[in-house]
Order: sequence, then C-alpha cells, then structure tokens
Amino acid sequence: MKRRDFVKKTTLSSFAALIGAEIVFGSKMYEGYKPLALQDPDPFKMFNKNKEMIVLNDRPWNIESLAHLLDDKITPNSSMFVRNNGLVPEDIDAKTWTLTIDGESAKQKKTYTLEELKSKFEHHTYQLTIECGGNGRAEFDPPAKGNQWKVGAVHCASWTGVRLKDVLEDTGIKNDAVYIGFHAIDQHLSKDPNKEAISRGCPMAKALQEETLLAFKMNGNDIPLIHGYPLRLVAGGWPASVSGKWVNRISIRNKVHDGAKMNGTAYRVPCEPVAPGEKVKDEDMCIIESMPVKSLITYPKSGAMIKKGQKLNIRGHAWAGELEVAKVDYSIDFGATWKSCNLESPANRLAWQHFSATVDFPQKGYYEVWAKATDSQGKAQPMVLPGWNPKGYLNNACHRIAIKVN
Amino acid sequence: MENQKAFYEQIKAIYRLLMVLFSLFVLAGGALVYYANNPSAFNFSGNSDTVAAVPEEVDEDLIVDGIHVRTGLKDDEGLMVVVNNCTNCHSAKIITQNRMNEERWNTTIKWMQETQNLWDLGKNQEIIVNYLVKNYPPVAKGRRMALSGIEWYELEN
Repeated sequence: MKRRDFVKKTTLSSFAALIGAEIVFGSKMYEGYKPLALQDPDPFKMFNKNKEMIVLNDRPWNIESLAHLLDDKITPNSSMFVRNNGLVPEDIDAKTWTLTIDGESAKQKKTYTLEELKSKFEHHTYQLTIECGGNGRAEFDPPAKGNQWKVGAVHCASWTGVRLKDVLEDTGIKNDAVYIGFHAIDQHLSKDPNKEAISRGCPMAKALQEETLLAFKMNGNDIPLIHGYPLRLVAGGWPASVSGKWVNRISIRNKVHDGAKMNGTAYRVPCEPVAPGEKVKDEDMCIIESMPVKSLITYPKSGAMIKKGQKLNIRGHAWAGELEVAKVDYSIDFGATWKSCNLESPANRLAWQHFSATVDFPQKGYYEVWAKATDSQGKAQPMVLPGWNPKGYLNNACHRIAIKVN
Repeated sequence: MENQKAFYEQIKAIYRLLMVLFSLFVLAGGALVYYANNPSAFNFSGNSDTVAAVPEEVDEDLIVDGIHVRTGLKDDEGLMVVVNNCTNCHSAKIITQNRMNEERWNTTIKWMQETQNLWDLGKNQEIIVNYLVKNYPPVAKGRRMALSGIEWYELEN
C-alpha cells in the first residue's frame, strides 16, 4: 500500500468513526475534502449574523435581514443582508492584494497595492445605503425569477476608503470614457475559471462622485470577508450589485460595460412599462441606475399588541437612491388619511434618513401602520406593487406592520 | 559468548518494552475512537441519561414527510433527475424558492445552458420541467397580499 493511500484510508476510517457510519464511495472523495457532516454548517456563525436572519440560498450564500433587525441608525454587520452571485473566496492575503486600473479609456494600465491605495490617497468615510435591486421581489405576480427577497435586502453601514475618482484620475482617464466595470476574485458557481460570477459597473458620472469609494473599512473595522474583504467598490443609492466585493481590477470602458450580469434581464427593467407577465426583448431592457424612494418601519416589530389608550412610538429609515427623502407619512387606515413623521436630514448624501412618529389609535381592533416616503422630486412610494418586470426589481411599495389594540 | 547473551537479553527487554508501549498505544487509540462514538462512555457518575443515537444524515436518498432531506425538494416522479441535473452548481434552495410555468422554466434552462455551463438535458428536460411545474406552481398574489404569519406579542411601554 502506498503511504498516501494508507493515510487517506486511515483518515477516511477516522472520519467514519466520527460520523458513526461507513463513508460510501469514500475512496472517490477529493483529497482535502471534508464530508458535509463535518463541515461547519452554521452560516450565522461563519458570517457573524443574527440568527433570526433568513437563509434564502446556501450555494451561493444569500441571507436576508428582517425589518426589526435594521433598527440601528448605522447597520451593524450582524444585521446586514448577504448577496452573492458566485462562491465566497478563501485564503485572501491583504498584504499581496492589488488593484489594477485598465480598459480602453484608461491612459495607462496601473497597479496599486492595497498599502499604496491607503497611503497615497485621502481617506473618506460615508454612511451609504446599499439595497439589492431585487429587494421585495417575493411580492411580484406573476412571480419573478431569482432569490425571493422580502424587505430585508438593504443596509446603511459606514464605509471608509479612498475615492474611486482619485484613483481613476491618478491613472488617467481618456476623454472617450463612458463607463467603469469592476472585476473580482469570487469564483463562478460552475467553477469555470473563464467565467466571472459578476462584473458590473456604472457610468463615469457615478464613478466620479465624491461618495463612490474603494472601501477597505466597514463600521470602523476591516470589511468582513462576506462583505468584500479586503477591498470593495461602494456606490450608494444604486443597486447593490454595482458595489462589487473582492475587487481587484477596474476597467475604464469606452462603451457601456458588458461584463457578467450587465446583459439580458440581469439588473435591467423594461425601458417602457409592460403588463404583468409580458415578454420583453433584450434590446427593450434598460439598466437600473438610481434606486427608487423607499422606507422601512424598523420599530416596533410587526405583531405588537398594545392596550387601548397606549400611544405607539414608531421609527424607521427612508432613502431615495441618488435623491434625498423630502417627507415620510404614516397611515393607520390603509391610506385613507396620512399623518407626517419627524424626518432627520441624512448624515451625508446617499445615507438613509431616520423617521419617527407617535401614533394614537381611536378604538380597539386590528390595525396596520403603513409608511410612505416621498423624494425631493415629489415621487412617493406606491401602496400597491409598482410596475411588473421580468426579474422583479425595484419593488418600493409601502412597508407596513400589524398592530392590535386590546 | 557472555557478551552475546547479554546483548540477546537486552534485545528481548527492548522488545518487551516496545510491545507494552505498542499495546498501550493500541488500547489508547481504541479508547479514543470508542469515546468519539460514545462521548458518555467514560462518564462513571452513574446518572447518565439514555440518549437516542441520532445518526448523522448520510443517506443521500432519505425522504421524510415527502421531502428529500438532503435538498429540501418534494418527493415526486423526476426528483432524482432534478437532483442530479440541477443541484451541481447551485443549491436546491433557488429551485424551491421559485414558481414558474412550463415556458418560463424552459427559458430558464436555456439561459443556464447559454450562460452558466448547463449541459444538454436531452429527454430529461421534459421530466425536470414536469416535476417543477407540478410541484412548484405559481400562486396568484395580486397587487398586494394581506399580511400573513404575524407573530403577536405584548408590547410594553
């Protein structure tokens, strides 16, 4: 018996002893592979997430938060949703990490180490709202394809990094630049090395905004692995898929970036409104840019029972993509009447804004508290589902919680 | 001669020592494996509860209450064809979350073949789509569903 086979067989038998059963086809197991029964299956531990969060998908990892877990003004890691298109990278060494700027419209190809990025460019910190384009997909009818997010695919953390603008300008941007596209190291689900899991981007105007960061810190610490350690592009107010994780290359393009998930129905909606379920040709689909106005009641948790005469304090957050939220109203009679909430100014542009109100209920019974935000251009959230689209993006319908007055 | 005998005795002594050490090693190893299987085996305090041994889930085909335990998919005709063709790259959770009609499942399969390295499914495609349409049909939701699954609790001021 060769030594290696002996080692493999003895390891297998000790695995078998641990599991308490023979491992069928054990001899076909890859070297270094741990049987599932021995892997740490707990994503909440792996990613330091609140155990109330909902695992929508485990390959790739997609985990949703809940409205009442998002009550903090600055979202802690424990409540931040997880969205992946590919496999979470392993064995990242920040010391050897580099970022390359290239592309048709880059004046040169230039590579920076993480240390160079940190030492060469000024640091900036912003609170930035990042919402998954498909947040709220679960409500569309006919059902839209993809992970069935309800309300929890949004967060507003504090991000620290250097301005993408500063780095791009240091490399040199040609006059014909149109778009940037990011590239990252997460593996495609099929493990095909020639495929990228996701490679999206944004027009130059968004890339050059002051708040668009190449971030290396989140809430004051290194970015957690699951959120893009050691370097993440952060573009607040736009679909979260623009904020590429584990970024190691950014291409300055002379055309709209054509990377993975930029085409077809991915992160695109019909350019003109369509009837629910209608087929839409690829060429009639437009890329989502700024996210629409939306709000979330984060306190109390839906299902609160109070006594008659007891006032109810409610609070939450509102955001409006590139715009500011102008007002937030609430209704306890399904929109027949609305009352206004207190609304705070954002900590900085693209940060969500906090609202609160004290609610009186006229009599005993079942109520729903609905919140409705209006953006600075006068557009409000709809109470019913907004326009249907094939992938179920941009559902910004009003959020509501159930209350009983006894 | 005397030397040779002394040498022979020394060898025997070392041999005996090695045998004892080896036996101890085997015993300790055996005890460890036994302990790994029965963690309470060396609990001599006397008040050990009887615990039903729950075997780790190793049966890949186990079905409980009509659900395929390993994937969470419903047990029905075509289940294993779905498992074998549709859970290699992604988790079955993305299947069980979605509700589509025949045409849209077929479009989804075509998209996976064009962009995600899915192979030609041949005759299996019909089996797979029939399974999906039957077990995961769309549910009408309208423009807004009533709130459901509310967990009521007392809220103190």
